[in-house]
Amino acid sequence: MIRVKNLYKSFNGRTVLDDISVTFEPGKTNLIIGQSGSGKTVLLKSIVGLHEIDRGEIWFEDKLFNKLDFRGKKEIRKEMGMLFQGSALFDSLTVEQNVRFPLDMFTDQLMEEKTDRVNFCLNRVNIINANKLFPAELSGGMRKRVAIARAISLNPRYLFCDEPNSGLDPITAILIDDLIKEITLEYCMTTIVNTHDMNSVMEIGEKILFISEGIKCWEGNKNEILHSDCEKLNDFVFANSLAKQLRNSK
Amino acid sequence: MIRFLTLLGRYFLLLGKVFSIPENSTVYYKQTMREFVFLGINSIGIISIISFFMGAAITLQTAYNTENPIYPTYLIGLGCRDSIILEFSSTIAALILAGKVGSNIASEIGTMRVTEQIDALEIMGVNSASYLILPKLGATLLFNPFLTLISICVGILGGWIAGTQLGVITTEDFIYGIQYAFIPYYITYSLIKTVVFAFIITTVSAFQGYYVTGGSLEVGQASTKAVVYSSVLILCFNVILTQLLLS
Repeated sequence: MIRVKNLYKSFNGRTVLDDISVTFEPGKTNLIIGQSGSGKTVLLKSIVGLHEIDRGEIWFEDKLFNKLDFRGKKEIRKEMGMLFQGSALFDSLTVEQNVRFPLDMFTDQLMEEKTDRVNFCLNRVNIINANKLFPAELSGGMRKRVAIARAISLNPRYLFCDEPNSGLDPITAILIDDLIKEITLEYCMTTIVNTHDMNSVMEIGEKILFISEGIKCWEGNKNEILHSDCEKLNDFVFANSLAKQLRNSK
Repeated sequence: MIRFLTLLGRYFLLLGKVFSIPENSTVYYKQTMREFVFLGINSIGIISIISFFMGAAITLQTAYNTENPIYPTYLIGLGCRDSIILEFSSTIAALILAGKVGSNIASEIGTMRVTEQIDALEIMGVNSASYLILPKLGATLLFNPFLTLISICVGILGGWIAGTQLGVITTEDFIYGIQYAFIPYYITYSLIKTVVFAFIITTVSAFQGYYVTGGSLEVGQASTKAVVYSSVLILCFNVILTQLLLS
């Protein structure tokens, strides 16, 4: 479980996150949604410690993450996996080396054991016969899947995904969404996904946090989102003309 | 002034992160071997070519400037040797490496920063500064002295070939010249300079790349800054080290 309490973050005097409090539950895909520039990525990066927060508390189980020293944070980070918007695979390493990287860094396993684990993770994300390819030789969807394989190679307790569907076609996007949901259930991880894709919201949104201009506006699940009273959320959810027509016809 | 001090502070903080204990020495060792190839062995060609022609040019220039019966011709060999050992193979070669290796380091690390690869390392709990910079630093500190020695040998070879083939000096006189009044400490002086310059090139370039924000344009700018700042620092430290080591 991850708990965020009264989180504030600003850049050069401009407030980007304003008093955000939320609890992300394990075994669920928790979504942070909002318009571009609403502060989703800053919130996610603040939770994982890539941004220093101005005020507030970030709890990973019973540990106050933002007050830990480098070593303490490092221990928790070994239990984190993250899927970045641009995949962030290491260009100079092959697919196999990318997935093996956390195992090389933090385990004393034999090469055979590591190779087995790498192949298991790659099979889990349906990447076959691509072990020796470099990231530049992969499609966008394959890169995302390899990045997921790398993120789960150490069996993390927490999975963070920043815009996992950006730049993908709708079918591949659904595959990635399903994969994230399946993995979350399988390993009982606390998963937080940043997205502005309504397909993802309706597909995997077990718990949803809507933020606008750095302020938490709404919290609920995918069944509640269509019947919300929050005007900003409705503007966001029913932004496209098809959704508007469906809403009006109701 | 405050901006300069802030930059200096960030530079030393980065160095503090770089020199922390490696997470996994085997991985760091492999990385260092990789950097030996990329930053060291791949630089032998350019250093050899430039050293050869610089040695040839120094020999010919010395010959034309000492075209007088009162100067013994072996001075051409001596001039070639001292110019190459004292200045060319350490300082000029370092300036060339600042261009080749420095821009390579800044653009590689800068690209990793803007494509979130450094963030990915941090999320995994890896000390990204140490993982990315320490192997490069180790490789350049250990390999650049060899590059300097290669440069000295190839430079003198270039001088000998140019001098003898163009008829400005005989082989006997050239060899006598390069052996005449030889001071072995000059080699030590040259290698000390090389190590200091390698440290400057690697850390300044890595610093420029590590703190890039933005996109490809900023990576290019960081790469240029890395070369310019490294070159200026090399020239400054050349004067300081010469005063400290030769006075």
